[in-house]
Amino acid sequence: MSTVPGQSFGEIWVYLSASPLLGLTLTLLAYQGAVKINERCNGHPLANPVLIAVAALVALLWATGTSYQIYFDGAQFVHFLLGPATVALAIPLYAQLGRLKRMAAPLLIALLAGSLTAAFSAVLIGKLLGATDATLVSLAPKSVTTPIAMGIAERLGGLPSLTAVLVILTGILGAVGAQGLYAWMKCRDPAVQGFAMGVASHGIGTARAFQISEQTGAFSALAMGLNGLLTATLLPVLLPPLMTWLG
Amino acid sequence: MLAAITLLLIFQLAGEAIARYFALPVPGPVIGMALLFAALAWRGGPSADLRGTAQNLLQHLSLLFVPAGVGVMLHLQRMADEWLPLLVALVVSTFVTIAVTALVLKALHVHEEERS
Repeated sequence: MSTVPGQSFGEIWVYLSASPLLGLTLTLLAYQGAVKINERCNGHPLANPVLIAVAALVALLWATGTSYQIYFDGAQFVHFLLGPATVALAIPLYAQLGRLKRMAAPLLIALLAGSLTAAFSAVLIGKLLGATDATLVSLAPKSVTTPIAMGIAERLGGLPSLTAVLVILTGILGAVGAQGLYAWMKCRDPAVQGFAMGVASHGIGTARAFQISEQTGAFSALAMGLNGLLTATLLPVLLPPLMTWLG
Repeated sequence: MLAAITLLLIFQLAGEAIARYFALPVPGPVIGMALLFAALAWRGGPSADLRGTAQNLLQHLSLLFVPAGVGVMLHLQRMADEWLPLLVALVVSTFVTIAVTALVLKALHVHEEERS
């Protein structure tokens, strides 16, 4: 395409969307705008930055008729950082080593209870309300971090990209609602709060937990990592018989 | 910072290699996290450089979920068809999971503290 002055906005958009620059820049802009909005709302959990940024980007892509593939060509550079960021969670985790050792048995039992509840309550409710099998399998790993959940869904015959979306919605729900639930339950221990958020709502819950306190975040990161390991091990064994039993 | 990023990538790479070699269902970055945790426990803590870099990366953890989240646009039809089971399953399951985990941990933890 030539660079004749006076090209229409549509033509320039088509040209720019052919390079990864656009998707990457839009992602960073949308996120920073969302963080500003979140700050304006005094960090209210409902003004979740992921939720706002995703909604803004989907609206923009839809309005301009840009496909997700074209967007992701640029956004993949941000997506890639999920890997090293997951590895980096070892560092806040290590800071809690002492408390971790003291609480090992209670943490592991709570993890097992939470992990099984997360997968099977979602599948049972979905089945009861008439979801299709592909949706149910995609729903089962919703509480574990995106890369793990997508891997599990693929292995068990779900739709990995649907799983990614359900995982993120679950994370946002946990991040938005956990503190209200804790107030109602009169649960104040930062270790307990963080751990339960990490089991139920993985990285997005963990990001929220770090806003509450360093300790809450560290326990959430721990729970997220452990639940990823446990769900990836248990679900491939337990879900197929459950699906057969449900019919 | 460059050294710290390289270290994170090396641990991720090791995690990916182990996951693939042993055909583990657990993704590489999670194994990388476990390996780095073990290394930190063995070495007695992260360097200031590694701690700073990790802090910077984790400060914007939410940003990293945005690209996958935008993938919702690929599934609008299925979600419109099955919105009720999806909505109820996500909301109820997420809060029941938080409540169950918190209650179990609180019960066991308080019990242990009383005993000690």
